[in-house]
Amino acid sequence: MQNAIELHNVHHSFKEKEVLKDICLGVNKGEIFGLLGPSGAGKTTLINIMTGQLRPTGGESLIQGADSHALSGEQYKKIGIMMDHFGLYERLSCYDNLKFYEKLDGNRDENIDRILKKIGLLEAKKLPVAKLSKGMKNRLSFARAILRKPDILFLDEPTCGLDPNTTEELHNMILEEKARGTTIFLTTHNMHEAQKLCDHIALLHEGIIVEYGNPSELCRKYNHQRRFMIHLKNGNDVLLGHERESADAIANYLKNDELETIHTTEPDLETIFMELTGGKLDQ
Amino acid sequence: MMNHVRSILWKQLKDTLKNTAILIQFIMFPCMTIIMENAVKIPNMQEHFFANLFAVMYIGMAPLTSMSAIISEEKESNTLRVLRMYNMKAHSYFLGNAIYIISICMGGSLIIGIAGGYQGIALVRFMVIMLIGHVISMFVGAAIGAGCKNQMMATSLSVPIMMLASFLPMLSTFNGTIEKISKTIYTEQLYLLMNKTADSIVWVETITVLIVNVCLIAGCFSIAYRHAFKED
Repeated sequence: MQNAIELHNVHHSFKEKEVLKDICLGVNKGEIFGLLGPSGAGKTTLINIMTGQLRPTGGESLIQGADSHALSGEQYKKIGIMMDHFGLYERLSCYDNLKFYEKLDGNRDENIDRILKKIGLLEAKKLPVAKLSKGMKNRLSFARAILRKPDILFLDEPTCGLDPNTTEELHNMILEEKARGTTIFLTTHNMHEAQKLCDHIALLHEGIIVEYGNPSELCRKYNHQRRFMIHLKNGNDVLLGHERESADAIANYLKNDELETIHTTEPDLETIFMELTGGKLDQ
Repeated sequence: MMNHVRSILWKQLKDTLKNTAILIQFIMFPCMTIIMENAVKIPNMQEHFFANLFAVMYIGMAPLTSMSAIISEEKESNTLRVLRMYNMKAHSYFLGNAIYIISICMGGSLIIGIAGGYQGIALVRFMVIMLIGHVISMFVGAAIGAGCKNQMMATSLSVPIMMLASFLPMLSTFNGTIEKISKTIYTEQLYLLMNKTADSIVWVETITVLIVNVCLIAGCFSIAYRHAFKED
């Protein structure tokens, strides 16, 4: 099966500074792919390359088999992009913003109310974008990105700076798009977001992909400690290794009704990133 | 293509009503002409004095600053990139904005002309001169808007150019040295076209200056516009 997105040896430099180094990636159709990395790692540059906004210094970027930098109008119709308030006219209302893009495609405005309702902005449809909160702008930006019912959706830090409720709402909308069969490429430095949403992730550090895989599998792969963390009813914590003897100890805690909680101690994506690069994701 | 042009027109009309800075540019000089032509009566004053004076300021100001502001704002807010993804071609985008700006400016010019007492053939001649001026100024504004990275840069470039284009024709009436410099600018030549009769116009000079101005502006516009619609 052809990948929805393919990157072959993509590298890019801004003058002397090399921001992407030999990136090779494949994103399967219908999956959510997460690109994790701290600010300045090259995530947005990579999205700009994949969406044809930037020509890479070298290498090849393919969207549904077509060169990203030579996408036709019809091919662009299958792509949705949500970047930082990307493509919103501040003085126009929410409704007029979406209506303008529908008009560009020669569509009538019959779907706009439905989409505004879906993203929770129907009541604010007459408000100019300049008067919206950051969360509302992000939702409107998301609505603009899904207006064309895209096959591939690029989301650049979609929940950056949002409160937990709005983040949760946006996550649900992203999952709805996935259920529709959309391939989603999202960048984030939020490990919980990546763990919750993504089928595969890549960790980007200083322009290099340092690790790639399924989030849960990666956590298991880097589980060097292989221990159980047990919290007892008396308030004590006990660490037990993955050994035969631990089974007896755990059985005893259960028999004596002493056990409160028990967890494995796989690292999270943040810890894996730190182990691989020595840096933090949310820098 | 026409769908894109119509969409840009629709968007600009909606946007202008909420953009007071641009709105003032369009209505300021027509309003001033009406007021001055009706309020100030000086014996032996040149015919159509205020209309011609404000008309040439209108040419140098409204299309230039509005086109520059529209394009630079689209560049700054990244909406120009999105339009490219909607298969918007550079010529469709320019045509949509050009129709919008020229239509409004010609409406304003008609008010200036009528308020200034122009009638019949004289009014048509006045409107043709205004049209030439608006088109040239609009290209200057487009070159500035497309060449600048953001609105602040565009404003700091368009204001001095707009001041030269708008006020040099008026200042040249008071000073011979300024007149010599001013004669090399299209607005001065259009001002002379408005004020003089066909027999007293130095046609070779006027046409040469206009052609040289148009060629220079078209060159700058072509380079800047191609750059703006390609990748950053």
